[in-house]
Amino acid sequence: MSATKISLRDVHKSFGTNSVLNGIDLDIAEGTVVSLIGPSGSGKSTLLRCINLLEPIDDGQIFLDGIDISVPGFDANPVRRRIGMVFQNFNLFPHMSVQDNITLSPIRTLGVNKATARAKAAELLERFGLADKVNAFPDQLSGGQQQRVAIVRALAIEPEVLLLDEITSSLDPELVGEVLDVVRELKTSGMTLVLATHEMGFARDISDLVCLLDGGHIIEQGLPSQVFSAPQSERAQQFLERIIRAGRL
Amino acid sequence: MGTITGRRAAYERARKRRSTVVAAVSSLAVVTAIVVLVPKMPRWDRVHESFFNGERFANSLPRLLDAFVLDVKIFAWSMPAIVVLALIVAITRNSRSAALFPLRILTIAFTDIMRGVPIILWIYLIGFGVPGLGIDRPWNSPLIWGSVALVLTYAAYIAEVFRAGIESVHESQRAAARSLGLSSWQTMRHVVLPQAIRRVIPPLMNDMVSLQKDVALVSLIGPIEILRQAGIDKSKFANFTPYIAAAVVFLLITIPLTRTTDWLIERERRRTTGTRIS
Repeated sequence: MSATKISLRDVHKSFGTNSVLNGIDLDIAEGTVVSLIGPSGSGKSTLLRCINLLEPIDDGQIFLDGIDISVPGFDANPVRRRIGMVFQNFNLFPHMSVQDNITLSPIRTLGVNKATARAKAAELLERFGLADKVNAFPDQLSGGQQQRVAIVRALAIEPEVLLLDEITSSLDPELVGEVLDVVRELKTSGMTLVLATHEMGFARDISDLVCLLDGGHIIEQGLPSQVFSAPQSERAQQFLERIIRAGRL
Repeated sequence: MGTITGRRAAYERARKRRSTVVAAVSSLAVVTAIVVLVPKMPRWDRVHESFFNGERFANSLPRLLDAFVLDVKIFAWSMPAIVVLALIVAITRNSRSAALFPLRILTIAFTDIMRGVPIILWIYLIGFGVPGLGIDRPWNSPLIWGSVALVLTYAAYIAEVFRAGIESVHESQRAAARSLGLSSWQTMRHVVLPQAIRRVIPPLMNDMVSLQKDVALVSLIGPIEILRQAGIDKSKFANFTPYIAAAVVFLLITIPLTRTTDWLIERERRRTTGTRIS
């Protein structure tokens, strides 16, 4: 069993009167793939945003390598350089070329010189089949290409963990495959991945741990075979039945 | 296949020809109406003599161009100051840090007060008031303090333009930048501002053209720039043609300025975007 990379202890988060996370406990081991599944509004995305410190939590603790990163006033920028994030809507910077999107953070936050950053970007683009897009602008790319660029951008700062927030939900079905292939490759390379997803088949195949969220709680947690084939709680059974009936599993 | 492409091209050509003809005919009609009808007015000969006198025009133009150099100078040193001050005000007002709360209040008061008073009044108040404090030369020049009045009022207007631009950049862009470890200032500088400024260039140019003309207001407190020079010539020769000449000089600057900006915006748009809806 490898070391615990990220732990969540009794994490609470609400927006006004709407409480989104109601006591999340989760341990993410180094080098594993953890999938967060569950209905829309169950708190998957919020959980990822909290881990990335984009949202301050109301209560509880978040540890990265045993250090509590959720204490108020903790410097978030170095943490975010260790925990990359990819978004549902890509969020590429439209005024920058692919190359500039990728090299911005390495140059500005890691102090890498321009030539090194560009060489590294070229290498990553090559690895994910995007070598010819280095000078393109985001608006000139397909959704699948944009999302792959967004993944490359997150990888360019060499994070230890990558958070993937429904990264295929905005894509046409025929473009989903190319993005999921990238995620498979990342798993092979040994990166710690946490993904919020509606791609149940994919989650079952790739995950080491699956968490089913509902109403801000983790209602079922375990190996994919266990969660998808023999869910314990009634609520989990209902959710999976609906998924199966919709042909998503 | 070939015939369909051919037919489409022919259709596009016909459509283009038709709109060109419509544009040409309508413009011709308007111009003809003015050229034919205006001279038929009863006092046209007198207006022609006192506003469109070729001799007076040629006589005044060199003096006006000389005086216009001062307008260009005031514009040239005011504009960068305005942009910098407006950006500082807009960024301060958009900052989310609690520590900057007093500064935010200050910027709100600044925009409200500067925009709420006519610009001519500010030119009088600052242009006469500050030198009146007894500052030594050359710092008591009305030219300097008139420009300061222009800078402060225009910065208040343009800060609001920048603020609208900054607020138009979607929150998800900030989230992406912050998730990459950029600080909030780096996010503003490299991600938000470049997009915000691109979006507000058209209204910004609008204000720049406006500033280019309002520079003439500084003449109210003394400096002889083009408007004042035109007024002097008008009085000397009892003829209004110098004003027409001054108007022409202003147009010679403002029209190329706006055309160039439109061209730059279009070039940038074409560089960064994919397909375009016609």
